[in-house]
Amino acid sequence: MPAPPCASCHKARAALRRPRSGQALCGTCFCAAFEAEVLHTVVAGRLLPRGAVVAVGASGGKDSTVLAHVLRELAPRLGISLQLVAVDEGIGGYRDAALAAVRRQAARWELPLTVVAYADLFGGWTMDAVARSTAGSGRSRSCCTFCGVLRRRALEEGARLVGATHIVTGHNADDMAETLLMNFLRGDVGRLARGGGLGSPGEGGALPRCRPLHLASQKEVVLYAHFRRLDYFSEECVYAPEAFRGHARDLLKLLEAARPSAVLDLVHSAERLALAPSARPAPAGACSRCGALASRALCQACALLDGLDRGRPRLAIGKGRRGLDEMGPPGLHRGQVQTPASEAVPSF
Amino acid sequence: MVCVAISPSRPRLLWAGLLKQPDCAHAKALVRAFLWRQCTRPAAGGTAVAISQTTRESGRSVRLASSVGSRAMSETEGAACGQSLGDRAKTVAEMKLILQTVGFHWHIVALEEVFSLPPSVLRCFAQEPSGTKGAYKAAVDSFLQQQHAPAQGKEGLSQPGTQDPQNPSAPPSAAQTEAQPPIAAQTEALSRLFNSVKTLTAKEELLQTLRTHLILHVARTHGYSKVMTGDSCTRLAIKLMTSLALGRGAFLAWDTGFSDERHGDVVVVRPMRDHTLKEIAFYNRLFAVPSVFTPAIDTKAPEKSSIHRLMEAFVLRLQAQFPSTVSTVYRTSEKLVKAPRDGSAGGPPGPRCLLCMCALDIDTADSATAFGVQTLHLSQMQPPTPPAEAPTTPCCSARVGGAQGCCQGAGPCGRQDPRAHVIEQLCYGCRVNMKDVPSLDPLPPYILTEAQLRSQRAWVLQELQEYLIEDSDDEVQTGES
Repeated sequence: MPAPPCASCHKARAALRRPRSGQALCGTCFCAAFEAEVLHTVVAGRLLPRGAVVAVGASGGKDSTVLAHVLRELAPRLGISLQLVAVDEGIGGYRDAALAAVRRQAARWELPLTVVAYADLFGGWTMDAVARSTAGSGRSRSCCTFCGVLRRRALEEGARLVGATHIVTGHNADDMAETLLMNFLRGDVGRLARGGGLGSPGEGGALPRCRPLHLASQKEVVLYAHFRRLDYFSEECVYAPEAFRGHARDLLKLLEAARPSAVLDLVHSAERLALAPSARPAPAGACSRCGALASRALCQACALLDGLDRGRPRLAIGKGRRGLDEMGPPGLHRGQVQTPASEAVPSF
Repeated sequence: MVCVAISPSRPRLLWAGLLKQPDCAHAKALVRAFLWRQCTRPAAGGTAVAISQTTRESGRSVRLASSVGSRAMSETEGAACGQSLGDRAKTVAEMKLILQTVGFHWHIVALEEVFSLPPSVLRCFAQEPSGTKGAYKAAVDSFLQQQHAPAQGKEGLSQPGTQDPQNPSAPPSAAQTEAQPPIAAQTEALSRLFNSVKTLTAKEELLQTLRTHLILHVARTHGYSKVMTGDSCTRLAIKLMTSLALGRGAFLAWDTGFSDERHGDVVVVRPMRDHTLKEIAFYNRLFAVPSVFTPAIDTKAPEKSSIHRLMEAFVLRLQAQFPSTVSTVYRTSEKLVKAPRDGSAGGPPGPRCLLCMCALDIDTADSATAFGVQTLHLSQMQPPTPPAEAPTTPCCSARVGGAQGCCQGAGPCGRQDPRAHVIEQLCYGCRVNMKDVPSLDPLPPYILTEAQLRSQRAWVLQELQEYLIEDSDDEVQTGES
């Protein structure tokens, strides 16, 4: 059966159906539409002003590859300049292969690449070392918690190194939906209040972060990468199966099967959540050790590293943060109930 | 006056004779123990039982209203499940038996009656029905004197006024109303409506909406100011997650909070929300509470057939692995507030959704949102085709932005696209549901009438905009109706 003509240019044969609308489009028109939508998100949300130096968090995976590619196409129109920042968490067998992909991309696109490594920034703690340290605690490992917090910090450091004014990451709509589900299931009101929407505006000296792809569904990102023949690294992290996010991910897959617009419905819900003022996180201060943005005396990264150095990796995880030598406020979330297996990709 | 309406899909609340016990120290326990028994057979079906109680100056008579809500729903799948009129009558008789032992007044209403509801059901009235206010206050005062206990907790709710352990056996005077056998034409119209809906998710949501409207109507006609439903902690946690997935994140506090005042004069209250299903099951078992089972619209449906089923299975499975899941979600729901979007709190109340009666959460001006993306990308993709496309494109319900422009110019008479008129008055969640309803004709007439009324009114207001003086009191008060 011959393919129908493209619904947009009416000339070429349609090569795909858009997951969202079922429209039949040819490859070129789809890529053009995708880029137009990202442009619209950035412009309508006023995410990246002219003259911004934008640090793209590049992991070598499909999302950051597509993001970098699209932003590179749109850079002249937006008036921004791009820098690639890659983070080396020190996960053997996974991160090195991903970094090789990032280097290839940087060479192809002729964009400056900076690699920051955990081992350098965090006193020799690589993710493998963290995983070994947390392995013996009986409950499932919480290395994803560490990885996420430390990666945010590493990205910030890398961005400052290259003199960037904004950080962008490639989170797509599916990621946002999963995060919302996960935060509700774990009762993480602080993250619910902070997350959702377009990103953080950058309070207290932290660089503003945004997610231009957050309204694009994962399937469309993959389709775009396919049609533009982008070279990316597609394996899953070695530690991923233990993460709590897996539950949310499975649920999202089922929901999408039951109702195709479920992902965007969840994103809409996330945008419109109304939380009580008492649930909002405390106003930002500065960490007493490293000076970074923190809502308590110690920022989460320093707190986690503190716990690792003391041989008690779970010190800063979960509620209460008992035992840390900080005289923080009684805290919004100090309660009796421990969150279940506190793995998570941390704050957005 | 309090109308206690219960319309859960699984657990079912019925009255039991605990009223006979005289003393209970804690008023909260009093409310629960004295007012509620919940039957929670795991497969208990979806018959809605609305219980209403009212206190009067003369005697503390309590009325019970039960609406056999999903009876008609069983009917639509009833043919497949073998539920006939005979089965329905049998279940109704069983329910009546139980209700009679409780000793309250009761009403039984069939869902088919939605076809005879007036459009005023969809309007929000600001005050309680005027005739009852004085009586209610007097009743509460005298009850408090009798109890010699300080008012507890939420004084606005009628719990102190509703029970009367001293006179449990006020003979129910002739206020029971029983369902007339439903008119065949209405039954047929109902089954046609539900058969036309494409997905089970949309069916369940529609059923929920119609049930709410019916209970609201019954409460208003009989002058009840409070409606109590029997949602348990587990149910509400599942409902919260389901609402998220349906796009109702803005209204979580109304859907799952303790009190739901969006209807104005009738307040929906959920006193059981601190108890889990298991606790309630044990309670019923220990106190031998009778129950009635009827199949619901999604009984025996496979797990992946609707979002409600999916969420329920997911939450219960996760609960088995992480036992604090349900209570965590419940605690999170307590932190939600009923605020409108930030920044618009000070202004006059905005338009309300036609079906769920919450303030609309869609902002057509802001296009960098999930809603904006769904309406925008089509117009971006088709620059050559002119915008006169509202009736032809299949997803016209998603193109409200465009349709609004072309319809309002042509006048309110709905000749362009009546569907667009209805759709543009719905909130995000209801719009997504309506996508699964291919035609609006089988909907009960009160919905369509009210939609037309509202769009006419909006058009008239727009025409007269330049002549109206802003900030007059009339404007603000009648902004709702």
